[in-house]
Amino acid sequence: MKSTYLFTIAMLCAVVITGATFEENGYSVGDYAIDFKLKNVDGKMVSMSDYKNAKGVVVIFTCNTCPYSKIYEDRIIALNNKYADQGYPVIAINPNDPERQPGDSFQLMKQRAKQKGFTFPYLVDETQEVTRAYGATRTPHVYLLKKEKSKYRVAYIGAIDNNHKSAADASEKYLENAIEALKAGKKVSNDFTKAIGCTIKWREA
Amino acid sequence: MKFVYLLIFLVAFSANNVLGQKVEVIKFSQLQEIINTEAPSIKVINFWATWCKPCIEELPYFEEIHETYAGDNLEVVLVSMDFVEDLNTKVKFFVEKKGLQSKLYLLDETDYNKIIDKIDTSWSGAIPATLIVDNRKNKKEFYERQFKEGELSQIIRTLIN
Repeated sequence: MKSTYLFTIAMLCAVVITGATFEENGYSVGDYAIDFKLKNVDGKMVSMSDYKNAKGVVVIFTCNTCPYSKIYEDRIIALNNKYADQGYPVIAINPNDPERQPGDSFQLMKQRAKQKGFTFPYLVDETQEVTRAYGATRTPHVYLLKKEKSKYRVAYIGAIDNNHKSAADASEKYLENAIEALKAGKKVSNDFTKAIGCTIKWREA
Repeated sequence: MKFVYLLIFLVAFSANNVLGQKVEVIKFSQLQEIINTEAPSIKVINFWATWCKPCIEELPYFEEIHETYAGDNLEVVLVSMDFVEDLNTKVKFFVEKKGLQSKLYLLDETDYNKIIDKIDTSWSGAIPATLIVDNRKNKKEFYERQFKEGELSQIIRTLIN
């Protein structure tokens, strides 16, 4: 009997521990993602719920300074131009602590957004809580969310495509394929990919 | 006379320190060979780039390991993830400026989704990242983070003893 108790306690502990690790690691495909309210480069606050008619949201953690982010900027603009009107707008979030990466200051974010002509919000995650909740580790890091009533379910996590050097030479457009799948009401076939990126500059504890 | 000494000093200094190692451009298959060859028994493989601030901050720790354990059956391999277009400008310039002495490669690939898990399944793709291979114990350790001062040398000491 005692051993049964011990076993139960051990199992409960395991559940608690695993649960905690899960949260630390952020979202997996299928999880519900939190909405956020973060400051845009125009000074206004932006939430996913502001997009009343959206069918989903393309959340991209990206920044000013990472070459892998910069090389994808034009592709992110093109994606938003193509899919925002179809119900899948891009929301970019800069997760970096400007103390550690001065090139990612709010002022320079504004500049970058203007220079590149971003057609989507470029938000600052000052407390890094959103970035932590999502589990982003690098820039760029994409989370495609499918809107289910007022909730947002993670449908795809990963890279934009499989060739950072050239969009034209990318043989697999992971993100576009995932959006197309959602549009068609299908399951995303390749729902998790990896890519090289810059580590997120976390605030010193 | 003083001038001669200075000259000798400068030549010696530049030969040893200012000029860094050569940077060889490789594909993933070559990197796999480097990871999988038996000798030397311990390999410390660090993924970095000239544009990666935390990488640059921790590079001296790898150079220190290289210096301390040179000839001790341990090899430090620095794999630059810079774009190959930047090799002759940014990368070589950086390597010379810092006088990097560890073995240097530049990994020139595109389809990293196919590659990252083969290096380590726990790697999300962010750099800095470090793979430590211990062939004697058939063991691999992977760190997707920046090392703090003293941390890497502690890991290596534990591994060797």
